[in-house]
Amino acid sequence: MLPDRAQTVRDAVGLGLAVGLYGVAFGAAADAAGLDVWQAVVLSAVMFTGASQFALVGVLGAGGSALAAVGSALLLGLRNTVYGVRLVPLLRPRGPMRRIGTAHWVIDETTALSLAAPDRGLARLAFLVGGAVLYLTWNATTVVGAMGAAALGGTARAALDAVVPAAFLALLWPRLGAGFAEPALQRRVALGGVVVALALTPFVPAGVQVIAAVVAVALAGRPRREVSA
Amino acid sequence: MSATWTAVLVASLGCYLLKLAGLSVPASWVEQPWVARVVDFVPAALLAALVAVQGLTSGNEIVVDGRLAGLAVAALALALRAPFIVVLVLAGAAGALVHVLSA
Repeated sequence: MLPDRAQTVRDAVGLGLAVGLYGVAFGAAADAAGLDVWQAVVLSAVMFTGASQFALVGVLGAGGSALAAVGSALLLGLRNTVYGVRLVPLLRPRGPMRRIGTAHWVIDETTALSLAAPDRGLARLAFLVGGAVLYLTWNATTVVGAMGAAALGGTARAALDAVVPAAFLALLWPRLGAGFAEPALQRRVALGGVVVALALTPFVPAGVQVIAAVVAVALAGRPRREVSA
Repeated sequence: MSATWTAVLVASLGCYLLKLAGLSVPASWVEQPWVARVVDFVPAALLAALVAVQGLTSGNEIVVDGRLAGLAVAALALALRAPFIVVLVLAGAAGALVHVLSA
């Protein structure tokens, strides 16, 4: 194998395995929210986009309505649409069947791997290898997490209760740091989201405050000149 | 069908269609500056709200318990660039410790 190809495969497998293991936390969070193993498995197999999956079970677990849960999952899933647009020139999925298959694996990690690859061929390789490894690991670890959490007692439950908000913090964290565009504005919007959510908590049905928190996006202000990637 | 199953299936299909839309619509639809703006910042607002709701509320009340200790430990671990799984284990340990001490 050429060195570039080997490096691309190594990166893709490494990231796929590391993030895929995180599925344990999702399976456990789904169980804590009252979902059964099958529901957790369907989410990982079909929805297959971590932040939306966590949001859905998070809102349901907080006692929120199905509508609020679906709404927050879809709002978080919106960024995959933009990823798809960025991936089309790299992956060039020809024909409807290719497009239908490719779409399923369009997520944060596969997009990052593809955009980081040095050329189009390697971008496609990174997408396929990273997507496959992540998909398999994520689904397997979801089952482990969901079944493992179902067997937990009181103290372990308290541990799990603390893991779920920490999981959201871990998803949020990279967006607030220097590796992301406009981190100061991201932090301002995040803080706004916290304030709106907590302020509304006493007054609205559970889960609604999460969706309402999108108004904090207004704190980002107008687009800066050209926002091309 | 239960409300939970309905939510699981509708949201799963919806999230898939959002992915498919990205590969199917003309790029110019999505590459409007204000669309990019909203998409760039929605995750921060929503994920932060979820941190607050999952960490500090119970139903309609603000509640401070072991989850907040877990969040503090997680923030420290993230600042020190600990891997995901280590962050979660430490947060869980902090939550469990508070539970045991306050029992």
